[in-house]
Amino acid sequence: MTNTMKSKERLQVTTPSAREIAMTRVFAAPRTMVWSALTKPELVKRWLGVRAGWTLPVCEIDLKVGGSYRYVWRGPKGQEMGMGGVYREIVVPERMVATEVFDQKWYDGDALDTTVLVEKGGKTTLTTTVLYASQKVRDAVLESPMKEGVGEGYEKLEEVLASIAARGVK
Amino acid sequence: MAPDRLNATFAALADPTRRAILARLASGKASVTELAEPFAMTQPAISKHLKVLERAGLISRGRDAQRRPRQLEAKPLAEATKWLERYRRYWEGNYERLDALLEVMKTTPKKRRPTKR
Repeated sequence: MTNTMKSKERLQVTTPSAREIAMTRVFAAPRTMVWSALTKPELVKRWLGVRAGWTLPVCEIDLKVGGSYRYVWRGPKGQEMGMGGVYREIVVPERMVATEVFDQKWYDGDALDTTVLVEKGGKTTLTTTVLYASQKVRDAVLESPMKEGVGEGYEKLEEVLASIAARGVK
Repeated sequence: MAPDRLNATFAALADPTRRAILARLASGKASVTELAEPFAMTQPAISKHLKVLERAGLISRGRDAQRRPRQLEAKPLAEATKWLERYRRYWEGNYERLDALLEVMKTTPKKRRPTKR
């Protein structure tokens, strides 16, 4: 095994469908270790959303199908943000599916999170896909007279926004 | 940005015809007839798309009473871009902290493993 210099891995944000956002990132660690960091409360508390004075004082994980999880973040001014959900599928250490609901609804409906871990050569590729249940977004897709292209989603959107920005709209 | 407004923006942008209309409007105002030209669609079909874009605040109508040219409203687009950027930055931060944690875990012996020797 070669001991290569570690370069900063790149986060890829893609859109498998109009209702989904997927994030892919490679971690220089075996899959079991990444799985632990994602599912053990004492480890989750050390990285998830804990920045700029925010902490994760409540982190409860009942890792079984039908079990629930609950996260509450606390901000520097005492403000709180909570979310949670229920595990639908668990395949240690490669896959889990869970619902996602925020206490303060910043989007419509529940979302479904699918986490997949693939290990290759000692590195782990983590892919997290969030399927949004927003009725407005879904209805817009159903109403669309054009079947083709509905799955392009946000990635395409970014391109369009970039091209629009490049043309210098004020 | 209000969640409803953001939803309306993303819903409006989920359709390829509407994205194409926005791209066309980025190069200047255009009438409904002009906007319908590049698409194999009837004017009413195009008008329906324009209504969705208008409701989302992405476009507005010009003063000219005859042509009612549509024009791009850049602010909601900028807000949608900002939202995506925030999303990406938030997760980049999370994953950088996770990198650091994994490095620590690699050098820390597992608790459950019985100590040898």
